Order: sequence, then structure tokens, then C-alpha cells
Amino acid sequence: MSAEPNSYQNGPDEHGHFGIFGGRFVAETLMPLILEVEQAYEDAKADPGFQAELDDYLTHYVGRPSPLYFAERITEHFGGAKLYFKRDELNHTGAHKINNCMGQILLARRMGKKRIIAETGAGQHGVATATVCARFGLECVVYMGATDIERQAPNVFRMKLLGAEVIPVTSGTATLKDAMNDALRDWVSNVDDTYYLIGTVAGPHPYPAMVRDFQKVIGEETRVQMQAAEGRLPDSLIACIGGGSNAMGLFYPFLDDTDVRIIGVEAAGHGIETGAHAASLTGGRPGVLHGNRTFLLQDDDGQILDAHSISAGLDYPGIGPEHSWLHESGRVEYVSVTDQEALDAFQLCSRLEGIIPALEPSHALAHVGKIAADLPADHLMVMNLCGRGDKDVFTIADALGVEL
Amino acid sequence: MSRGATSGRIEARFEKLAGEGRAAFIPFIMAADPDLETSFEILQGLPGAGADLIELGVIFSDPMADGPAIQAAGLRAKAGGARLDRTLDMVRRFRVGDNDTPIILMGYYNPMYIYGVERFLADAAEAGVDGLIVVDLPPEEDVELCLPALAAGMHFIRLATPTTDDARLPAVIANTSGFVYYVAIAGITGTKSADAGEIQSAVERLKRHTDLPVAVGFGIKTPEQAEAIAAIADAAVVGSAIVQVVADNLDADGKATPELVGNVLGLSQSLANGVRAAARKAAE
Repeated sequence: MSAEPNSYQNGPDEHGHFGIFGGRFVAETLMPLILEVEQAYEDAKADPGFQAELDDYLTHYVGRPSPLYFAERITEHFGGAKLYFKRDELNHTGAHKINNCMGQILLARRMGKKRIIAETGAGQHGVATATVCARFGLECVVYMGATDIERQAPNVFRMKLLGAEVIPVTSGTATLKDAMNDALRDWVSNVDDTYYLIGTVAGPHPYPAMVRDFQKVIGEETRVQMQAAEGRLPDSLIACIGGGSNAMGLFYPFLDDTDVRIIGVEAAGHGIETGAHAASLTGGRPGVLHGNRTFLLQDDDGQILDAHSISAGLDYPGIGPEHSWLHESGRVEYVSVTDQEALDAFQLCSRLEGIIPALEPSHALAHVGKIAADLPADHLMVMNLCGRGDKDVFTIADALGVEL
Repeated sequence: MSRGATSGRIEARFEKLAGEGRAAFIPFIMAADPDLETSFEILQGLPGAGADLIELGVIFSDPMADGPAIQAAGLRAKAGGARLDRTLDMVRRFRVGDNDTPIILMGYYNPMYIYGVERFLADAAEAGVDGLIVVDLPPEEDVELCLPALAAGMHFIRLATPTTDDARLPAVIANTSGFVYYVAIAGITGTKSADAGEIQSAVERLKRHTDLPVAVGFGIKTPEQAEAIAAIADAAVVGSAIVQVVADNLDADGKATPELVGNVLGLSQSLANGVRAAARKAAE
């Protein structure tokens, strides 16, 4: 384990490395394209006009800032820590995904790209991508595993309403990782006019850093809002992790506030011991997939294993490389929560707060339930409520044995 | 940086072919497709069916540069028992009967990384592997496997593509060895084919930057196409069309039919004949 760095906010280095994680493991055909994205993003960052334009859309189109809400009844129910929800489920399209899509679509426009491709698992990133493509009149192609198309039919229909073409992916296991493979194959085959809008803090450099930068508005707002509400910083932060973009967005602005305890919650599926889970940090080891080195679920021959989670948005055998680094450095604690625990938390939140959460943040809430009671009443905890649960009602009904 | 002594087989083979005034034919097969034994029979038969060098595919669950034919080959091979250590065993067995035909492992980095880079390079050299083509290791990641491979005397054959511009080409060429593999299309394996004129100018561009032989692959499916490539490059690589013959010669249970090996080797021979026809025409 490396010594504690001077800052946890300096990564990645110029090669896209967070410690040993990250990098640019892509075919030569894509390498010039990735360098072009990196250059365009560096230019955009240095241009105050870019941030001003983004801020304007975030305010008037996305609906930011999202509220920081004191979840009073859940706080009472658990007893102990004072729990706040960062309400990113109130964003346009119902999740945090749009923060990143808005940033990247403005970048793609600067680059003069006419065709946008994306991968999606649960369909939230696909919907957000289709939304910004509709808004700016760009062609949109979304790759989605055939298995996911079946279990997320409402989001497939939404994407089509927004004018996107949804391409079913039947290769491999027909889920998110295969959708990402096919999106990369598309990009290799359409190098001239196409921009790949990656939905999480994974992929080759500069995507993990860029997506984090577009999501860090979540944590920046939280700092200001908590100061206003309580006159100080929170004591702990908690968020669910698939690829990990909502978590990086909340965590990043607090990484150097080492008094703030930070917890990431992976999906334990049927339980880590069963092998049917999506907890890359808890149950995986470092490897190379989708352009970066990170913790992966894999066998001893380096073949990537299928992930399992009741939540399609967490059903990915990898995790963003910055999380792998934060895990190894010990700055962030990573834990896991099972399907059943998430289902219970989902119902609790619906009944006590009148908020139907997505299954993804239900994982974070389940872990809050495990630790809140042991914390003092003046412990300020922020959970990222990163998506709303409308998309999950069919899955939940099925799990509860209800026929709709 | 220092380069270790290689097996010498790749250099010797291209030198011999240069003397004969013809290009090389390089077939690709997926190790263990559709099973270990059938795949070994194909491998063993390829030199007799016109293969000058052989690319042996290492399976990976997520082959992001491959089209449907090679993806399917990988899935069959996985079911057939493919593992990196068994692929090395296959090369070891091949070397008992053939110490001249170069074998290049082609695949993705993760299986080699998980095997352990140092151990992999040592075991591969000992088994009789001459070079590596690793799709997802661009020059930016040379420190991972390329530099250790060169130091260990293992050729590291780089891919150059239509998107590799003149500014980038020197970096791509710098640490390549054995030969340069020109990917003829911006795309995945086994899909579209490039125009011969475009390939010719691309090969000429590469030749201005390197003295190494230039092989061309991606999109070559027929003896005629192989002949056209052989007239303008130092080698023609065929993969998808060959593994498709494996796919076409399976029974209802996915097992190899008795005709499978013969049919694969038959296509290999006719592709090799295409390559040799180019040499004859050039000589006329």
C-alpha cells in the first residue's frame, strides 16, 4: 500500500493513472480518437464560456441545484445519525446521469461530432443520452444488452420516443459489459463522425476523470447546502456503486476533508459467498477491461465473469479506476449490500419518506440502516439519492410476487 | 532500451521469403476452437497447407476489436477448454514437429496480465512462441508488456491502423519488432474490406518509416483478395474466413465433424495459393 498522498484530488496523472489503476488500454484505431477527446476536454476546461454554458443548462434544463433534504422519518426510524438525502433523483430524466450527459454533449458539439453512441444497462444513461441528443438535434445510437432490454422495457420505449435507435446486444452475456463492447466496436468502425458518450467513471482516460468532473457538482452543492443547513461539513457520505459515477460525484469534493468518513456500497446480489454478485472491490481483483485497469470480477485465466444484481444499473463486473485507487489507499470504505437488503430499504424509503428510490440508491440506504443507529444524533450523514424508482416498479413487483 | 535475443524464426522466415520473391501467408486460428485436439490438428496441418507464419488466438471474454466470426470462435474455444496455459501447451506440442514456422499469439492483455507478465514471457518463449500481438496495448502502455517482451527476446508486433497518422506513426513503430501489422480498415475483424489502392498507399507510407516487413489483415476473405494484398505487402493475414469454416463444419451438438480439419486446411491452401500467385505474376 502506498503512503498517503498530499492530496486525493490530484489524480489522474497525464497518462490517466490513479496509482496503478486507469490508463488507456484500447486498440490503436481508437487511440487517436481518445487523444482528440482528451485535447478537446482540456480546451473546454480552460474556456470559461464552456462552464458558463454548462451551468446555464444545468440550472434551466436539468434543474440544479438538487435539494439537500433532511430525511426526518427515516432518521427517526433508524435512530442515531441525522440523515440527509442529496436529491439527484429530482433531476430531469430522474437520475444523476444527465449531469454527465449534458457536459459531454456540449463537448461533442464543440468537436463538431454529428453522431452520438452510448451504452446503457438499466437504461438511465441511455435515456439521458437520448434526451440531450434530442435537445441538440444529434443522431443517437444506444447499445443495450438484450437481457436488459427485456427487464427495462419502459426505458427502451422512452429512448425511442426521444428519437434514439436502440440496438439490442446479443454478444457475450447480453448485459452492460457487452453493450460497452459493442459501443466500442461501433466507435472503431465509425471513427470520423462519432462521439462515444460513456456513462460512468470507467473506460480509457480521459473518461474516468471527465465523467467525475461533470458529476462533482453533486458534492460541490452538498458542501454549500450542508454549510447553510448545519453550519459545517457532513461527518459521513454514502453512495451506491456500479461503475461509480454518482459516488465519485458526491465524494470527490470531500476527498481531502479527511475528517469526513466516506463509504461506497457495492451490490452483493445473492451474497458475495454465492458468487452471484457485482461487488468488484469486495470479490474481484485488478485486471484490464474496457480501456482501464481496475478491480474486476474474473476467473484465474483472466476471463471476465458475469455480474449479478437485482439492480441493472449496478450489474457490471468492473468499477471506475479511481474507486480502485481510493479503495487501495484506504481513503474510502467499500462495503456491499444484498438484493434482499436493497429491496427492504426500497420499501422503507417509499413508505416513510414518500420517495420511491431507484434500486441503486436503495443499496446505499440499506447500509445506512446498518450503521446509523450506532452513530450519535449529531452525526451528519449524506446519502446520494441518485435516481428515482419508477423504472424499477416492474422488477420490484416481480420480486414481491405482485402481478401488475 | 535493451532487446533480448529472439528465437530468430520470424526474421529467418521473412528472409527466406524475400529470397523467393514472395509475400507470406499468415492464417489465424483460435486456440481450442472447437476443442483442444481438433485445434491442435489444424495447427499441426497449417504449415503443410501453405502457412508461412501462424497467428494463434488467445481467448478473451470481451474481444472489443473482433467481429461476430471471431467472437463466436472465442465462445466455442472457451467451451472447448481454452486457457492460456493450454494454448502454450499446444505450441509446445507443435514445436516437437516444427521448429521453423513462427507462431504469434494474438489476443488481449488481461489473460496475460493475470498469468503474470514475467512468468508468461518466460513460459511463452520456452514453449516456442515467437511473438505477440496484443490488441489493447497501444504505445502509451508499452511499459506493461511491450518493453518486458522485447527485453525477453519476444517479438512485439504492433498494429498500425488507418487512424494512425504521420505524427503518431513513429511512436507506433518505435518499439515494434518482427513485423508491422497494418489493420486495413477502421473497423472490427471480419466485416468490411478495404480498397486495394488505399492499402497500397498505406503500406508505402509505413515503408517510409520502417524496414520491417509489413503484414496486412482485417477484411481479407478470398484467395483473390489475398493475392491482391500479397502483391503490395509482405504478408496477408486471414482470420475470420478461416474460423468461419470451423463454424460451418460442426454437428448439431457443436462438435467437430470428420471433414472439419480438412476443410480448414483446404481453405488455408487456396488462400496460400492466392498469395503465391501474386509472386508468380510479379516475376513474369
